Amino acid sequence: MDFEPSSEQQMLIDQVRRYVREEIIPLEAKLDPDASELPPEDFKRLTEKTKAMGLFGIDIPKEFGGPDIDIVTRTMLAIEMAQHRAGLYVPCYGTFGGAGLAQIFEANDDQKERYLYPTLRGEKKAFFGLTEPSGGSDPARAIQTKAERKDNGWVLNGAKIFISNADRAQYGIVFARTDASKGRAGITCFIVDSDTPGFHVRRVVHTLRSSHYATELEFKDCWVSDHQVLGEVNKGFAVANDRLTRQRIPYAAGCIGVAIAAHEMAIEWAKMRTTFGEKLANRQAVQWMLVDNEIDIRTARHFTLEAAEKARRGVPFRTEAAIAKLMASEGGGRVVDRAMQIHGGMGMTKDLPLERWYREMRIRRVGEGPSEVQRMVIAREILGSNLR
Amino acid sequence: MSIRLRLDKPWRPLTHEEATRLPGQLGVYQIADAAGTVLYIGQAGARAPFGLRSELQREASERGPGCQFRIEVNMQYRSRWFELLMVHRADHGALPPDNARNPPPVLGRLSPA
Repeated sequence: MDFEPSSEQQMLIDQVRRYVREEIIPLEAKLDPDASELPPEDFKRLTEKTKAMGLFGIDIPKEFGGPDIDIVTRTMLAIEMAQHRAGLYVPCYGTFGGAGLAQIFEANDDQKERYLYPTLRGEKKAFFGLTEPSGGSDPARAIQTKAERKDNGWVLNGAKIFISNADRAQYGIVFARTDASKGRAGITCFIVDSDTPGFHVRRVVHTLRSSHYATELEFKDCWVSDHQVLGEVNKGFAVANDRLTRQRIPYAAGCIGVAIAAHEMAIEWAKMRTTFGEKLANRQAVQWMLVDNEIDIRTARHFTLEAAEKARRGVPFRTEAAIAKLMASEGGGRVVDRAMQIHGGMGMTKDLPLERWYREMRIRRVGEGPSEVQRMVIAREILGSNLR
Repeated sequence: MSIRLRLDKPWRPLTHEEATRLPGQLGVYQIADAAGTVLYIGQAGARAPFGLRSELQREASERGPGCQFRIEVNMQYRSRWFELLMVHRADHGALPPDNARNPPPVLGRLSPA
């Protein structure tokens, strides 16, 4: 399958590439190397610019006011948006907007008024509360947060961990066990307002990312009404699972974008740097590292666009998304590692973005389902779904 | 495993001499008045020429005598800085006065147990 961009796609890619190089990278040079946010005045100015480009809210479906760009093109653009220092986790510092949590599009009309539309207007932010201290890779079995029936509603008790943005969000989507006897068929998805009594953000969880932190949450007799159930009772896992699969494509695209940026830096450095009277680029050891980078990037790009193409056509893409996520996160990590090696000592410093990418790229092999889970998904496909 | 949310090291006098003895590493710091009331929570990021040392030297020059400080060397200086600000606000109901004058654009809420 040919994944070369069409002329229309190339035009959009060029537009985003220019935006990253002319707007984001110069601004980024003035920020702390670990910064994840722009000064408010720059954010506002650049958001106006992406709106004028017609690319704001790129992930928002057309019927909700999005720019109607298909997922393959969006994936190509996501690869471009990530090509700067903060790009892996904060592509273009959020100036292209976003659709928020995919699940909230499943909300009923009342919930859409209260949560979806304010989110799309940028008035509300949300967190995704799935992972628990008991585990994140197998949420269907690991979820211990309980929701018990009481007074036309539910009482939540339990804890969540590694939850991004819960301290800043106005609401979150929280998965809790509503029927202990049913495994994955006993999980329900709730919308929880951050000011609900009994909802607590207990602490910051520091990670390799200095720029950003996760949080640990506690639900202590946290009562929510029936109106806060997202979807149907005991059918929350399907909501979570769909999101986890879809999210793997842009997740992979971010890894590819950063890998391309690191690779380009390494090529430039290899052509410029002389040691023992010879350019690095003339040394076979360095050439082979660059070749391996090229292969990792092309492979990841191919499989990621293949997954996006299947998603675009509306056919099952779970296996392809798993392959894409696996190839891009592992290959991206290797590319950044080799780029650091080629740069030598400078590659380890905060003067260059490589050290930040190195730390953040390591997280990508665990986030959104670790490599082992992706391999498990692929193994089920090739060996048969009845395997345990 | 205990998780340390608050800085609880002894205060040191904020003087140029004391600041000069600090490591040139990344990290966070607090400035307090003579009574130990926290006035400011700062970070020494990678743009600081000598990390904590140069940041505290600058603080000493700008604030003059009568203040105290304490530091924490921390590579996660940004997320730790946000954490200290949120914990302070949870404990005292407000940011330290010198942070309140120029708060970070978005600061979360924390309710530590």
